[in-house]
Amino acid sequence: MGPEGMRFVDEYRDREKAQALAANIATLVEPGRRYGLMEICGGHTHTIYKHGIEDYLPEEVQLVHGPGCPVCVIPMGRVDDAIWIAEQEGVIMTSFGDLLRVPGARGSFLDAKARGADIQMVYSPLDSLRIARNNPDRRVVFMAIGFETTTPSTAMTVLRAAAEGLENFSVFCNHVTIIPALEAILASPDLHIDGFIGPGHVSTVIGCEPYRFIAEKHGRPFVVAGFEPLDILQAIQMLLLQLRDGRSEVENQYTRVVPWEGNQRALQAIDEVMEPRPTFEWRGLGWIPHSAMRIREKYARFDAERVFDVPATRVADPPACQCGEVLRGTIKPWECKVFGTACTPETPIGTCMVSSEGACAAYYNFGRFTRLRVRQAGSA
Amino acid sequence: MCLGIPGEVLTLDVERPGMATVNVGGARRQVNVMLIEEDGVQPGDWVLIHVGFALAKIDEEEAQLTLSYLEEMGQAYRDELQALAESRID
Repeated sequence: MGPEGMRFVDEYRDREKAQALAANIATLVEPGRRYGLMEICGGHTHTIYKHGIEDYLPEEVQLVHGPGCPVCVIPMGRVDDAIWIAEQEGVIMTSFGDLLRVPGARGSFLDAKARGADIQMVYSPLDSLRIARNNPDRRVVFMAIGFETTTPSTAMTVLRAAAEGLENFSVFCNHVTIIPALEAILASPDLHIDGFIGPGHVSTVIGCEPYRFIAEKHGRPFVVAGFEPLDILQAIQMLLLQLRDGRSEVENQYTRVVPWEGNQRALQAIDEVMEPRPTFEWRGLGWIPHSAMRIREKYARFDAERVFDVPATRVADPPACQCGEVLRGTIKPWECKVFGTACTPETPIGTCMVSSEGACAAYYNFGRFTRLRVRQAGSA
Repeated sequence: MCLGIPGEVLTLDVERPGMATVNVGGARRQVNVMLIEEDGVQPGDWVLIHVGFALAKIDEEEAQLTLSYLEEMGQAYRDELQALAESRID
């Protein structure tokens, strides 16, 4: 990184600027009024804990950590189905590394691998395609997960497989979409959210327009934000300004990267290959209509759910796990009964503890120190 | 998987349209650039890469910001770079 780059980084880390923003944020808060602001994206959760953003906020402002970590929301049944596919004759299952430790009812991919299943870690669905090309006598399946940041890549890979006429490649599609999940959260009766910090990278694909219903129908301000500490503080300031003025609009703090209209090519690729499912289960949140994608009939031969007789396993979430309440923002990670005791990043019970971007793991790794600081400051 | 990693486009692949050689964290990697709109990418452009596909063009300053954010992620970023290093997209 050149000196120019460093200076720019410093600018977004500047403690004085953060304090100036914090001072301004404090002036926007009505004493005694509670402001619940949900950051949707796990990347934001990570920044918030890593940099102790809560230290800069008045007590009235509460950050609620949302469902924007795809690893955290995949239900156990889908993991079990994927393992079932991996154990079929001649199958090579390929998956992002993030998913290897996620527990299903019958253990994780790593456990299945230990039992003899051929499960290979890949960086990109294009790697799975290469594995399929190199192993014509095997059936190669890509375990597709993620929000709109990874969905276009899966769609493009299916298009490529179709163009090449590959016959031994399919996708077990678990792609989820953020908008229906937000609608489900907005419909929950125990909701205490006054505004949203919108996801950065998902919005590079879907743009800012799809969030309009949150501002207009639900009256909640929505600000798409970048991942630097100052980005998040700025987004919080923009939300509080809207709340003070009684406005609810969609604003884009992250114009450096996010175009208002999103990435049309990526959206077209998704639409060509996939369609919304009638409903899909989210761990902790239950069944949400139209909240996930499946492969269209036109590309059926690349759809693992059609190629294999997938059992469609349904498994209830572990009773001790309160990931659902954490994902809805009803409780904080440390208020979960098993947090940090039975459930840790090494032995996760719930998915929020598996991914480094999950609220529980982020809090376990960094956030505890913030709370400690806050408590010490309070008692000093 | 969720991490968007910045890379600098070195060359466009003449033989395989839509692919480019990109410098990512000091390593040369093949990246699919077909999703970048309009005038596409040129050598010297910075792009944000998600699982082997460039999803957005960014400027160099934003690239540096994103890199410093990623470096702070620690293990998650190291795992992603490792996976990328083992990737053989073609």
